[in-house]
Amino acid sequence: MATVVLVPGEAVPPLVKDPITKVQLVKYAGASGDYNLIHTDLETARAAGLPGIIAHGMLSMGFLGQFLVGLAGPEGVRRLRVRFNAVVRPGDVLTCRGTVTSVRDAGRGGRVVALEVWVENQRGERVTAGEAEVLSA
Amino acid sequence: MAVDRSLIGATSEPRTFEVERGAIRKFAEAIGDPHPAFRAGEVAPPTFPTTFSMAMPMLKIDPARVLHGEEEYAYERPLRAGDRVTCVRRIVDVYERRGRRLGPLVFVVVETEGRDLEGALLYQGRSTVIVR
Repeated sequence: MATVVLVPGEAVPPLVKDPITKVQLVKYAGASGDYNLIHTDLETARAAGLPGIIAHGMLSMGFLGQFLVGLAGPEGVRRLRVRFNAVVRPGDVLTCRGTVTSVRDAGRGGRVVALEVWVENQRGERVTAGEAEVLSA
Repeated sequence: MAVDRSLIGATSEPRTFEVERGAIRKFAEAIGDPHPAFRAGEVAPPTFPTTFSMAMPMLKIDPARVLHGEEEYAYERPLRAGDRVTCVRRIVDVYERRGRRLGPLVFVVVETEGRDLEGALLYQGRSTVIVR
């Protein structure tokens, strides 16, 4: 379970992901079933008015899922809500970050930890942002 | 897409999905999540419900014109290999907003409930898509 001290106002250790690759987007399309070609085919992306292929928003939300599991374990993730603010493209390096906003008693010795969470790119832009709740011992 | 508020309340047929070990592994690998329970295909990563794709035939949307605006999941417990999850999807809101650069945008909010075979709630999802 949680190996990180979760205290209101404190930042939690970030998760730095490997650069997004086109192969990863093809894999994610296959694994998620989201075959929208704006994520894998340049021609389709350009015809849709995009600068090039863009990553699935759900991939960056998936990174936040990994981030939360790292804090609380697979059984400890209660809620995750995000807004997709900006596009992510191959080559982008994404980092998941979070700050604890509150800790409340959940009974039986457990606590619910609320966090502000976000994914930022190599330029520091918050491409995906929202909030989460995890259980902590 | 025109704003058609009569779509609010439209509900999908229930559909049951089996959580498969191989599908969990593939999903965790695509995200690059190394957690051993995910790589063994035993427990599904938090965003795995996105794999339960359900058509909403009443929504006629060109996928190239859709942006994903927001997504939310609330979990009763993680999904595990062998779970059979029955999902129902419902349109809860349709509205228009003028985008700064993109002109009028139509927002469609869809909620999903996933339940086990006994009817107990496993997770809830809320998805906002934006149609340009």
